Amino acid sequence: MTDADMTRPEMTAEHEDGNALAGPLREIFAVDVTAAIGQCVSCGLIGPVASLRVYRRAPGAVARCPGCGAVILRLVRGPSGAWLDLRGTVSLQIPLPAAD
Amino acid sequence: MADYRDETPSARTLVLDVPDWPGHLAGQHVDVRLTAPDGYSTQRSYSLAAPADDSRVQLTVQRVPDGEVSPYLTGVFSSGNPLEIRGPVGGWFVWRSAEPGPVLLLAGGSGIVPLMAMIRTRRAAKSPAPFRLVYSVRTPADLYYATELHHPPSGDDGVDVSYVFTRATPEGWPAPPRRIQMDDLHADGFTAQVQPACFVCGPTAFVEVVANMLVGLGYDPRRVKTERFGPTGG
Repeated sequence: MTDADMTRPEMTAEHEDGNALAGPLREIFAVDVTAAIGQCVSCGLIGPVASLRVYRRAPGAVARCPGCGAVILRLVRGPSGAWLDLRGTVSLQIPLPAAD
Repeated sequence: MADYRDETPSARTLVLDVPDWPGHLAGQHVDVRLTAPDGYSTQRSYSLAAPADDSRVQLTVQRVPDGEVSPYLTGVFSSGNPLEIRGPVGGWFVWRSAEPGPVLLLAGGSGIVPLMAMIRTRRAAKSPAPFRLVYSVRTPADLYYATELHHPPSGDDGVDVSYVFTRATPEGWPAPPRRIQMDDLHADGFTAQVQPACFVCGPTAFVEVVANMLVGLGYDPRRVKTERFGPTGG
């Protein structure tokens, strides 16, 4: 870590993490998806959406596997809709309140 | 905005009055959207710094030089200016006050904000959970919430706080400036054997170094939760 990281993160760090997707995904889903446990199609790594590496220099957000770098999820918000591409996700295990 | 407090020369806590605020968990954040008169709009995420007080919520914003949003929020934004926020959001990097087990908090710089929300939530809930905070910061002048951490309210019995100064130390500090290291992490009561819930927040490099140290020391990776501040932190 350099001192520059502390004051100018936008200059030195390239990515955020999946926690930053909580707001945009909550616009689409009824529950929080960042706590969901997913599996990477490419390498099989299992972990929470919150741990993905998120790049937002593109028109939308691109979330990559922290293990192998494969694209797990892409999300673009347009003026009247959203595009969600989950091509790199085998499945998502989503925590929910207990069912009756 | 109802009120504000300057934490450091470059960081300000905004106290916002949000009608119909639903409450939130410690560690959650909000997305703040600013829209210019010409329609240009941009958004940033900020951690909530404290439990809600009815409709009052607190964000602490670090001013990023040349940033698009933080110079406005920490300098220009004032009482009466509207602000568009979405939240609370985030369900992973959260601590629930019903959880009684030990908690290890590791903050790098402005990464203290959601961790301070956990300490304040613990206090408000009168939780007996043992907490340990290791707060890595460049200089003493960069400490957020310094008075509250140095002179903790009585409800913070059971919260152990230690500091790592990376560039300059306080007068009489027993060690020269240094980076966080393994010995800072596994204090008595918070060792890997105890398997505390670990929350690591800060710049990407800090988060990766600390998370790797924790896993190397034998902490359960599933109990090491991380949140990093990224390129749109401005």
